[in-house]
Amino acid sequence: MEKFNILTSIAMPLDRANVDTDAIIPKQFLKSIKRSGFGPNLFDQWRYLDEGQPGMDNLKRPLNNDFVLNKPEYQGAKILVAKKNFGCGSSREHAPWALEDYGFRVIVAPSFADIFYNNCFKNGILPVILSESEVEDIFSIIANNSAEKMIINLPNQSIQFADKSFKFDLDEFRKFCLLEGLDEIGLTLEQSDKIKAFETKAKQNTPWLF
Amino acid sequence: MSESKTLYDKLWEQHLVTDNDDGSSLIYINRHLIHEVTSPQAFEGLRLANRNLWRVNANLATPDHNVPTTDRGKGIADPISKLQVDTLDQNCDNFGVQEFKMSDIRQGIVHVVGPEQGAILPGMTVVCGDSHTSTHGALGCLAFGIGTSEVEHVMATQCLVQKKSKNMLVEVTGKLSSGVTAKDVVLSVIGKIGTAGGTGYAIEFAGDVISDLSIEGRMTMSNMAIEAGARAGMMAVDDKTIEYIRGKDFAPSGDILESAIEHWETLKSDEGAVFDAHIVIEGESIKPQVTWGTSPEMTIAIDELIPDPDNENDEVKKTSIINALKYMGLEANQAINSVSVDVVFIGSCTNSRIEDLRAAAKVAEGKQVADSIKQAIVVPGSGLVKQQAEQEGLDQVFIKAGFEWREPGCSMCLAMNADKLEAGERCASTSNRNFEGRQGQGGRTHLVSPAMAAAAAVTGHFVDVNQI
Ligand code: SF4
Repeated sequence: MEKFNILTSIAMPLDRANVDTDAIIPKQFLKSIKRSGFGPNLFDQWRYLDEGQPGMDNLKRPLNNDFVLNKPEYQGAKILVAKKNFGCGSSREHAPWALEDYGFRVIVAPSFADIFYNNCFKNGILPVILSESEVEDIFSIIANNSAEKMIINLPNQSIQFADKSFKFDLDEFRKFCLLEGLDEIGLTLEQSDKIKAFETKAKQNTPWLF
Repeated sequence: MSESKTLYDKLWEQHLVTDNDDGSSLIYINRHLIHEVTSPQAFEGLRLANRNLWRVNANLATPDHNVPTTDRGKGIADPISKLQVDTLDQNCDNFGVQEFKMSDIRQGIVHVVGPEQGAILPGMTVVCGDSHTSTHGALGCLAFGIGTSEVEHVMATQCLVQKKSKNMLVEVTGKLSSGVTAKDVVLSVIGKIGTAGGTGYAIEFAGDVISDLSIEGRMTMSNMAIEAGARAGMMAVDDKTIEYIRGKDFAPSGDILESAIEHWETLKSDEGAVFDAHIVIEGESIKPQVTWGTSPEMTIAIDELIPDPDNENDEVKKTSIINALKYMGLEANQAINSVSVDVVFIGSCTNSRIEDLRAAAKVAEGKQVADSIKQAIVVPGSGLVKQQAEQEGLDQVFIKAGFEWREPGCSMCLAMNADKLEAGERCASTSNRNFEGRQGQGGRTHLVSPAMAAAAAVTGHFVDVNQI
């Protein structure tokens, strides 16, 4: 996993609440057996005018020019800003894979669905929760100047955007893993002895579970 | 009574391997269910890192999302679906995981198959790369959906890094009126607390209505806990739970069963246990439900009118209503029972068990699917459910009424196989999600109970099942 420290980028405003994972990456793309290559189909239903299918040449598909992802001023954004309950719906990890593959490394919203929030960290994406009014502030800054750069400082858990600065909360362990680009399985396997001890005891007390 | 614990507290403690310094915990997982969509990348990850399964027999697999529900003899037509199912077969063979393959009578929707086999026992932690894993909480388990990285994590370590959720008690008191089912109860709960109402909580469903429900009815409810935002929904163990387990293939027997039962009987919240949130719904107040919009919380009773955005003060909600009405092709203030239906789907991990099929068949018996209905399909949750239904003659009831009788799988619940809605088609569906495009691009989904779906099929529109 790529390490995360300080990120500077323009921010793309997605002015919608309850963006569900079906919208982030429609189910027909879940059929892939790989982890990569989902970026061109991120927000497929909103982004293109036709119905997307795996294997299509996405460069030849008609674009929905009203959708923010297709606006020239937001190309190259690594930060996505959205309204509350982002990532609700199915637990598909293809959603963060698609966001990451497209190039987003940070999602800012007033709230996230639980599973999606967890899945972000596992894929090197930082989900930032700010208050509704702070998110509104960000939307107005972008509306004034779409070229404004946002600075996300993970070590300090702070955001600097135009003349505003925000602080965000973050679990220490998750922060540590993002900063170090650490693989969670390796971390857990370091506790193998404890897992084995747990199993030995559980086999005695609840043998029907084994 | 500081010692009083909730069911969730007990399940959590019994599976706690260790607390990490940062407030997260390592939780031991007893059962991992696997299907073809979320597992290939996890198996790929294991292989790449040269890791093996920690405890092979904790895993149980079956293909469900992509399997065809007609004529299995021809195999899977869509090459991508076929690749996923073949990849699952190969991975299970290579890693030694027990799998009910497509040709096995025990194959079916993973959340139907697990409990049916007795592979889910009270007191277990159960996970699967699928959000409707909450289903298994009905048996007194801590069960929740996980993402693919976590699938790989469980495979490699038999554990997950988790944070404890808060406790929510949803109490459904009294009795249900005629025609009201578990599906209507859970839709009402979601309508009341909203799709994010349970976020951060583990929900325990309790109350007289829950005790009166069968285990299958309880599974319908816990299945949809995730639609209220809660990762896990659960019910206390009672005599019905134990009877349900007894005699199943994977279940213990003899002396081990006796000591298991002793343990299972403790799997309930203690008197005086404290919940962070407590919601009470009167059973009598619940009527048969139909969702009208594009989120499960957009639900109304069959005798109600579709909401009017002008009556909504909250701007976000108002916009959601306007968007949903537009997508669904509905008018504000329209009576839901005047809305006609094109397609009827009876199936999914919410409502494809034998009792669901019985309830639908009871309504359909001796009647005909309305001429205006383009397609009405019944998709049993597993090969064994199908076999049972056929022994009871339910297949013939459906076929005579004009329904199609299919092979088991997820089918039209999410349209990953050949069963899909066309754009603009309106479906009365017993599944659990009515998001935009869920059953096919542009398709319009209305969530209902199996009896209500059958009633819509035979009348051509939504109607109170009590009036049939
Ligand atoms: S039936 Fe639907 S909700 Fe259930 S596992 Fe299959 S696709 Fe998911």
